[in-house]
Amino acid sequence: MPHFAIIAVSILFDGLAYAMFLFITSVGLSVTMGLMGFVNLAHGAFAMAGGYVVVTLTRNFGIGFIPSLAIAAVVVGAVSVVFERGLYRRLYKATDLEQVLLTIGLAFMAIATATYFYGPIPKSVPLPLWLQGDINLGFRSFPSYRAFLIAVGAVLISVLWYAFERTNIGAKIRAAVDNRRMAESVGINVDLLFTLTFAVGSGLAALGGGLAIQLFGLSPNFAVLYLVLFLVVVAVGGLGSLKGTLLAALVLGVFDTAGKYLLADAGGFFIYAVTVVVLLIKPAGFYGRE
Amino acid sequence: MAVSDTPATIDRTQARERAAEFLQRRHRFQPAEALPWLIAIAAYFIFPDRMTFGSQVLIMIMFALSLDLILGYAGIVTLGHAAFFGIGAYTVGLGAARLGWTEPISGLFAAAIVSAFVGFITGWFLLRYRGLTLLMLTLATAIMLQEAGNLRSDFTGGYDGLPGLAFQPLLGLFDYDLYGRANYIYALLALAVVFYFVRRIVYSPFGQALTGIRENVRRMHAVGSPVHRRLVTVYTIAAGIAGIAGGLFTQTNAYVTLTVFDFNYSATVMVMLILGGTGRLYGAFLGATVYMVLEDKLSKLSPTFWQFGIGLLLVLAVLFARRGLLGLLEDASKYWSKNKKVKP
Repeated sequence: MPHFAIIAVSILFDGLAYAMFLFITSVGLSVTMGLMGFVNLAHGAFAMAGGYVVVTLTRNFGIGFIPSLAIAAVVVGAVSVVFERGLYRRLYKATDLEQVLLTIGLAFMAIATATYFYGPIPKSVPLPLWLQGDINLGFRSFPSYRAFLIAVGAVLISVLWYAFERTNIGAKIRAAVDNRRMAESVGINVDLLFTLTFAVGSGLAALGGGLAIQLFGLSPNFAVLYLVLFLVVVAVGGLGSLKGTLLAALVLGVFDTAGKYLLADAGGFFIYAVTVVVLLIKPAGFYGRE
Repeated sequence: MAVSDTPATIDRTQARERAAEFLQRRHRFQPAEALPWLIAIAAYFIFPDRMTFGSQVLIMIMFALSLDLILGYAGIVTLGHAAFFGIGAYTVGLGAARLGWTEPISGLFAAAIVSAFVGFITGWFLLRYRGLTLLMLTLATAIMLQEAGNLRSDFTGGYDGLPGLAFQPLLGLFDYDLYGRANYIYALLALAVVFYFVRRIVYSPFGQALTGIRENVRRMHAVGSPVHRRLVTVYTIAAGIAGIAGGLFTQTNAYVTLTVFDFNYSATVMVMLILGGTGRLYGAFLGATVYMVLEDKLSKLSPTFWQFGIGLLLVLAVLFARRGLLGLLEDASKYWSKNKKVKP
């Protein structure tokens, strides 16, 4: 196999794995922002919390990696409801600025709390044996963890697509994103719907945070460091659009990986250059409503 | 009977005079406005050994003031204001390190011009957008500048920065002393000049138009105000002022690294301004001072608790004190005077 083809396949594979992480973590943010127009800068904090729950469960309680991921998603999703009912609810009608400030404040508090309990040093997580090695496909071997990540992403995309497009609740969510007032006037309880999607979204963020430990390591700064990426995915994809978030995650994930392979010094330059170009041409993102 | 003599026109002339008088009264310097400046001068004599810290406070006040122009008056929510601070800081830093341009005052002018230019270009493109899109675009601009600086780290020094920069004595007379006293006076004078300029802008018809855009952009379009041009103008001015603050930062610290472009920096200056109160000029003074002093005291005890505290402060400010500390003071004084009237 020629050299450039191997590089291209590697970029696609790593880019796809990265894109799945971006999608899993950002999709909840996109749907909740599309529903309520709420700028939630604490979304990264939920992802970070999920990561620390996984670390605690695997290291201190000896629970396996996969069950820990599931528990983290459920726990964080449940806790996020408390925040939504107690704090976020008060600011749905407030300005962007006030929402930004409240949620930055929450993110700061989350980072400080995590630093207090876990320290600033990045944590790792023990993986089961079958996730540690490589999968050999003849011309090149791929890390099995990344293959696992792609598989998890594919399963979640199918489940979310089914829930969004084929179930009653999915139809209600789409209706509320399109036109909240109209949805309310035909008797859809948008408040309850929002709490539900917020919980699911935060749970998925926690899952993403748990999956990310192996890729990037987990330190308290995770809450802000990757938040910018999640917001970029949401903005580029278009608020409240599943399709858009997936497309944005794929484009940005592959571009970023390609940039890092081919021009390592440029760091994150490409992902932001792509973002700026897309938003200048389509301010509401790929599938957003203008 | 001439048209100008109809009762309606007389009414209108009177109304116009009343309005002009009201505006002039509002714009006159009030005795209370001397207070922050007197405190700044007093600080010079009371804490002679903390002048390095003092000049950092003055620089952050100037930075917050520039943000107040666009956030507090024009209502532009940006997450990338550190971009202009960074450009100013690097204009002065690179000028001194690569070109040998070490004269401080002309360095500040250069910082202002370069930052304002970048502000004009980015503002012209970005200010057509609002909400999340604008937040993301401003944020991405700042990060791209940081990454570009890192890409050419042979030239910019990257994250290691440009250390040990040397600048000429001010006006060829006042050399930089160990305690940073000359720096403090220098920063204070620069702040006074910038503040006078900002105050003039805010109370000019242009400033009134900005407030109009913040309060109701549709109505401003409807009355024919050139909204985009006004926003780009104020964005350019604010970028220039942030650039001056950045230039001062490099000159007083004698080093600069790429961290000046950090998202944290943009967020911190916004927190300072919100803490003090937006859209009221002196909010920047109070907010930056309170934040810097608290940070200085508390982060020595425990950086973790400090970060938790600032987060909690933000949440509480949004929930209970949306107009900042100055807003709280106003409410308190109103409450006080009301109670007095009831009692007599």
